[in-house]
Amino acid sequence: MRISSRRFLEAALTIAAPVVLLLGWEAISRSGWVNQLFWPPPSSLWDTAVTMVREDDLFMDIRFSLVRIIGGFLLGAIPGIMLGLAMGLSWPVRVFMMPIATAIYAIPKIALLPLVIIALGTGETAKWTIVAISIFFLVALNTMSGVLSLDTMFRDVARNFEASRVQVFLGVALPGSLPAIFTGLRLALGFSLIVIVGTEFLSPSEGVGALIWRSYSILAIKEMYVGLIITAILGWLLILSLDLIERIVVPWN
Amino acid sequence: MAVAVAQPAKTKSAEVIGAPGGAAVAIAHVSRVFDSPSGPVVAIDDISLEVNQGEFLVIVGPSGCGKTTLLRMIADLDTPTSGRIAFSVQGSREMRNAMVFQGRSVFPWLTVEQNVGYGLKLAGASRHVRRETTTYLLTLVGLSRFSRSYPHQLSEGMRQRVAIARALAVDPQLLLMDEPFGALDEQTRFILQEELLKIWERTRKTVVLVTHSIDEALTLADRVVVMTAQPGKVKAAISVPFSRPRSQETVRSDPQFSRLFSEIWDLLREEVQKARLVGGELLR
Repeated sequence: MRISSRRFLEAALTIAAPVVLLLGWEAISRSGWVNQLFWPPPSSLWDTAVTMVREDDLFMDIRFSLVRIIGGFLLGAIPGIMLGLAMGLSWPVRVFMMPIATAIYAIPKIALLPLVIIALGTGETAKWTIVAISIFFLVALNTMSGVLSLDTMFRDVARNFEASRVQVFLGVALPGSLPAIFTGLRLALGFSLIVIVGTEFLSPSEGVGALIWRSYSILAIKEMYVGLIITAILGWLLILSLDLIERIVVPWN
Repeated sequence: MAVAVAQPAKTKSAEVIGAPGGAAVAIAHVSRVFDSPSGPVVAIDDISLEVNQGEFLVIVGPSGCGKTTLLRMIADLDTPTSGRIAFSVQGSREMRNAMVFQGRSVFPWLTVEQNVGYGLKLAGASRHVRRETTTYLLTLVGLSRFSRSYPHQLSEGMRQRVAIARALAVDPQLLLMDEPFGALDEQTRFILQEELLKIWERTRKTVVLVTHSIDEALTLADRVVVMTAQPGKVKAAISVPFSRPRSQETVRSDPQFSRLFSEIWDLLREEVQKARLVGGELLR
């Protein structure tokens, strides 16, 4: 009883926040205090979205952004995890990589876009690459801290059972730092979305970012809002999927 | 009988020398010095000690006397600064030891069953052998119902049983235990001590157990080694004559129990006070 009522309250509160936001927006928009041209009521956006699906191929833009995010995310996260594990397990690797990692970590990643365009052009490869670069060190540093915070006793246990270096790597360091890895991945996924939308602003052809920028340039404000809302929903769904994967991969946490 | 020498050679079975009669482990003039910011610290100072084949040896000493360091060197997890530790093994060139660590050493990411089977898996045992051994050991430590559980679902005492089963799974000739019951409440500790006694009486493995509890030492040991405060040396070795099989009641009702208890406490009291001095309590 108690647990189910708590669950109900949790669900209600989760839904309440966006509902309150949308209702407030709707009320202010309809009150006449603001110009509806720039602050259209959210209820009017649905029709816009339907028209966009029918006439402008909205799903194509979503698909483009989604593929770029997931592709770039994997391209950056998998090597990032590998490097992070190596940095956590071996101090020479850690000392060698640390200055580069922390320096690049501090650069706003979108500032690297011109460099990536010079090197790789403006195609899909460049877009995957900018996402991958953006998250690589973030994932590596989180993974490293996961390995470092792992109790050294676990490594002693493995060594006591005569585990090889590879077995310590795969059997202790990797599973032991999975919770920290997923913390890094969750941050990285957010970054991927930010960077891809920014990239699509700067070289607009397809994608949700391009849609927002195109709409803004021709003052199609409602279409711009649809783009924004889709970005938000995309981010939410991506994080939700990652949480689901975490629950399957890390059942012991 | 062959003897595998772990030190100073890197590999465990590197060298074969003549056996020092009957001893499973021969510790000869072993010292361990650690570097610290305030200069070298002698943790272990010239310890010589033999552990007999099938003996249950318990090492007691004040906190920080280097008991754990000594155990880690026997387990080949640490290297003596000088001296050597030799193992003699019947019928095999390799001495297989398994350690039960202090505190939370059970892998949280593996199920109970996978934890117990971990050493066997590394040793390349088949799934069938692993399953059979795991089932047997989990029955032995009373955790059959929890084979699919994760450690966080178990109590501290149950997790420690998993750690013991995991060490026993590789069928070690030498079982090393570092305060295996230190973190448990007294009642759970009593129960697990009795379980360990039963298991030992059945398997007769050579055991070296480290503890700070005199009570635990007398309950379990054939022989108790008392260590001095830092630097750690052997202060005395005392035989425990209680008959086996033992239980908490038989050990405590033995007329010699209180005599041995006082004898060991007399030896330890001085060391504990010294350890407090070294620890800075009076230096401040």
